Amino acid sequence: MTTNKNDAVVQLRGATLRFGQRPLWAGLNASVQPGEFVAILGPNGTGKTTLLKILLGLERLTAGSASVLGTEPGKSNANIGYVPQQKNFDRNLPIRGRDLVELGLNGTQFGWHNHAAAAKQVQSAIAFVKAEVYADNPIGLLSGGEQQRLRIAQALVSSPQLLLCDEPLLSLDLPSQTLITHVLDDYRKRTQAAIVFVTHEINPILPYVDKVLYLANGQWVIDTPQRVLQSGTLTKLYGSPVEVLRHNGRLLVIGADEAAHTNQGTHHEEHA
Amino acid sequence: MSNLFIYIHQAFAQHALLAGALVAASCGLIGPFVISRGMAFAVHGTSELAFTGAAAGLLAGSNPVAGAYVGSLAVAGVLGALGAKERERDSTIGVILAFGLGLGVLFLSYYHGFATQATNILFGNIFGVSNDQLWLLLGICAVVLVSMLAIYRPLLFASVDPDVAQAKGVPVRLLSIIFLFVLALTVTSAAQIVGTLLVLSLAITPAAAAQRLTTKPSSITLLSISFALIASLGGIAASLVSGTVKPSIFVTIISFALYIFARIVGTTPATKRAA
Repeated sequence: MTTNKNDAVVQLRGATLRFGQRPLWAGLNASVQPGEFVAILGPNGTGKTTLLKILLGLERLTAGSASVLGTEPGKSNANIGYVPQQKNFDRNLPIRGRDLVELGLNGTQFGWHNHAAAAKQVQSAIAFVKAEVYADNPIGLLSGGEQQRLRIAQALVSSPQLLLCDEPLLSLDLPSQTLITHVLDDYRKRTQAAIVFVTHEINPILPYVDKVLYLANGQWVIDTPQRVLQSGTLTKLYGSPVEVLRHNGRLLVIGADEAAHTNQGTHHEEHA
Repeated sequence: MSNLFIYIHQAFAQHALLAGALVAASCGLIGPFVISRGMAFAVHGTSELAFTGAAAGLLAGSNPVAGAYVGSLAVAGVLGALGAKERERDSTIGVILAFGLGLGVLFLSYYHGFATQATNILFGNIFGVSNDQLWLLLGICAVVLVSMLAIYRPLLFASVDPDVAQAKGVPVRLLSIIFLFVLALTVTSAAQIVGTLLVLSLAITPAAAAQRLTTKPSSITLLSISFALIASLGGIAASLVSGTVKPSIFVTIISFALYIFARIVGTTPATKRAA
């Protein structure tokens, strides 16, 4: 661990992203501290996935600067766990769940690699997501929830200091959603790793989230979920009426989709 | 059968078996990647253009082998430079393949040497390789084996899980280009044994059979290499016994028989219908 405990894991200064003439956000200032769980919310086409790719060094900001784990993006990827958008593996893919997890540990190594040395870490990552029973089955034959648990194990097996998750709960059933969010929360509490979590649906992760970065309408706001997810803040952000209802600890945002649709005007393409 | 015991002590047969083993090991090693990267058509295209290169080599100075290597490496270079995505790649290969084959036929029509030279390109002739060609084959197979062992792990990552591999810092694009060149070298070497038309019988069939029997990547690789060795050495031996039939015919038959066997006894997902 080279970063100081007080250093931010992610630091964005004046970060600006534009696609052609369309500004997705401008002058974004945000930081993620060790142990923080940050949710990124917002309608389609607001550059949420692109923001994760910027943090991985795979895309560039139009203006401003980003630093990740004390280095420029792309230089610390070995210390980042990445969970891509849930997408089922091909049924015939010739690997087992266990192999997928192991690739997260030593898949970047050229030359000879030592399976035996990795086996213990791989097994404990599999146990951490409670996937022991089916870890030796072909990955393509597992259910979406089972595949995603192994994806989480793959991301955690290298003990990363930062987790970047792109809609990891999409199209999963409730038990899988609960287990995955619980596992992620458990991991960051144990290791002080930071989590950046892109999502459409805040409710499954609401109890764990420290900060919400909300991107909409070319604007952004970052604060605690209580402050961001309220009618006043979102109405101002979208520039049209948005209402946030609270019921049994769950949030319901009304009007956001319509507002996003109107504001985007003719720009319907998504930048996933 | 007695033919085999006579020939086995002769240099030409020993050379053939040695070359056959090396080529089989290379093909068996790249086969699983060819399948998981969806590059069966790239193998076929590369070998057909090795034919064009060989025909040009024959015409230019009776050196079909050098021509074949130049031809297939040129194709690898073009495909790498275009950096085509899977869907576009197949149509690009189709376009180059059609034109390349036409050129190859044109070259052959201007060639007035022995007709067998032309059939050797298409169907292979491992008993005819000279000492120099054998050394070249040895060197190239060594390069292929060493490169594949070096890039095996990140190439597997990039092949089965490209998004995460890229996020973790695997040089996905560079590996894909390296693999294209390794593929070109392997395919052209294999073409000397089974011919450019039948390369898939060593580069795909053994790996496809292996995938029916196991899903553990290291086991797939070992089985694929074993099947390729059985087909290659078995084919050469059978050809020695028969005396007249080319090894390539036996190689394809043995390879196909192994595949059928794997299909019958296999239990991996490739064998199951969608649930």
